[in-house]
Amino acid sequence: MIDREEFRQIRDNGVWHQNASLIQLLGLCPLLAVTTTLVNGVMLSLATIIVMAVANVAVATLRNLIPHEIRIPVFILVVAALVTVVDLVFNAFFHQLYLVLGIFIPLIVTNCIVLARVEAFANKNSPLQSLLDGIFMGVGLLWTLALLGGLRELIGGGTLFSGIEMVFPGMQGLQLLPADYPGFLLAVLPPGAFILLGFLIAWKNWVEARAAARKPDSGSEQGSPLPLADGV
Amino acid sequence: MMVFSTPPYLLQERSSVRRVMLQVLLALLPGIAAYVWLIGPGIVVQLVIATLTALAGEAFMLALRRKRLALFLSDGSAIVTAWLIALSFPPLAPWWLIVVGTLLAIVVAKHLYGGLGQNPFNPAMVAFAACIVSFPALMSQWPALGLKLDFLEQLQIIAGLAPRIDVMSGATPLDALKTALKLSDGSIDVPTLLATQEVFGNFAGRGWEWVASGYLLGGLWLWQRKLISWHAPFGFILGLSLLAAALWAWNPQQFANPVFHLFSGGALLGAFFIVTDPVSGCTTPRGKLIFGLLAGLLAYIIRVFGGFPDGVAFAVLLMNLCVPLIDMYSQPPIFGLKNEP
Repeated sequence: MIDREEFRQIRDNGVWHQNASLIQLLGLCPLLAVTTTLVNGVMLSLATIIVMAVANVAVATLRNLIPHEIRIPVFILVVAALVTVVDLVFNAFFHQLYLVLGIFIPLIVTNCIVLARVEAFANKNSPLQSLLDGIFMGVGLLWTLALLGGLRELIGGGTLFSGIEMVFPGMQGLQLLPADYPGFLLAVLPPGAFILLGFLIAWKNWVEARAAARKPDSGSEQGSPLPLADGV
Repeated sequence: MMVFSTPPYLLQERSSVRRVMLQVLLALLPGIAAYVWLIGPGIVVQLVIATLTALAGEAFMLALRRKRLALFLSDGSAIVTAWLIALSFPPLAPWWLIVVGTLLAIVVAKHLYGGLGQNPFNPAMVAFAACIVSFPALMSQWPALGLKLDFLEQLQIIAGLAPRIDVMSGATPLDALKTALKLSDGSIDVPTLLATQEVFGNFAGRGWEWVASGYLLGGLWLWQRKLISWHAPFGFILGLSLLAAALWAWNPQQFANPVFHLFSGGALLGAFFIVTDPVSGCTTPRGKLIFGLLAGLLAYIIRVFGGFPDGVAFAVLLMNLCVPLIDMYSQPPIFGLKNEP
């Protein structure tokens, strides 16, 4: 079905090499609006992972039945049905969080990452590979949004995991910095998210440039330090 | 035997970034002197903090970018940015506010965009805008007039050792006017306010009018030395006072006169030291005039109708965005070609 090498490739692409937020820069709208805290970022990523994994499997299974000319509306229908399910689940089990995330759960339908993976990957690959692709692309999204959310929360208010009681009742957020920390409001506002995302991208490029410099022979075959997504 | 000498049209004063920046710093001195007379020596502490932070940030970024440390550190451009930040922030702001602002200006607004000569936005104004958005309360705590603190007390407030007492919470003249008008809801008019309230002086804010006059003096000296052209400051002053005069003529009860607006807030500091920035401003003479004019109009609109105490920083940043467009459409025609669009 799938060999070790192929699995490794799908995993590395999703988590690092073609990271949805840092390389493809897809789905910036939820990235900017929702990552004000770590909990928000993680929960929205989890919702997106579920949608992406199931949508990828569904589309990969149906890919030979979907007429090429109207594939986009069909994809959107599949994704929208899944998002409706996730939306209702959030409303039922994490109602407070549902109120906080608000419009951004229904907006997963229009998230370009979901459509991009369905169109670029699931439409051309088998269900198992598509499942893995959906999950690992989502994991890539998850760690980026968690890191960004954590940084914004910490810089903006000096807290971490605030709002975790909405997911696990009884747990408390941490106040890491002293209570009289004035709060760097810019980090919580959308411009701060853009600036921090820029720093994250710079950090990723720096890591890759260093890795390429360490082994010059294998670095040359990769070519550009910014590998572009195939077919996206 | 022929003797070659430099033709007269090539004779000009040696000019370098360092010389220009040094003279800009000199031109700020009259304003700073008036500031010290008005508020006390606390502002000098802020200038020193900002300068040291700017030099440290500049050295760090230069080392990171593997540039020549001595050459770029000694050109003085970082110090000009630092002084503009210290002069536009509240004089008794806590020390870390100045440090954060200066680092934002030098590291983010200047070096991340490519360093001296490459930054599309004025670094000092980026620092001001970022800080007033992030720390609105601290950025609007101006020392109340008549608050006479000696040097040690000011130092303690800046260092965060003394509590930030209530007497600190003065408003700028612009803020005082706006708040009074909003609170009275039409029952009080501007001339009465200007005549009766303690915070207003002869023609603008009490005391602050002389600080602004100091900037005006320094700016005129820069113009006389041909370090800045008249276009951008003239455009800025024209834009600001035209709109102010029109609204004042229409309804003098609700709008202050243009002289008040010119000598309040950061208008004159902006006109001579910020819109004249050769890096983030326009390059063509006509472009400079348009840039200044629109920045002046925007500054008035933001400071009178907006929610922030002053509009110069936001006006300059918005106009910085338009610079490439203005420059493209304001190029003088090449000699011999007809000036057709």
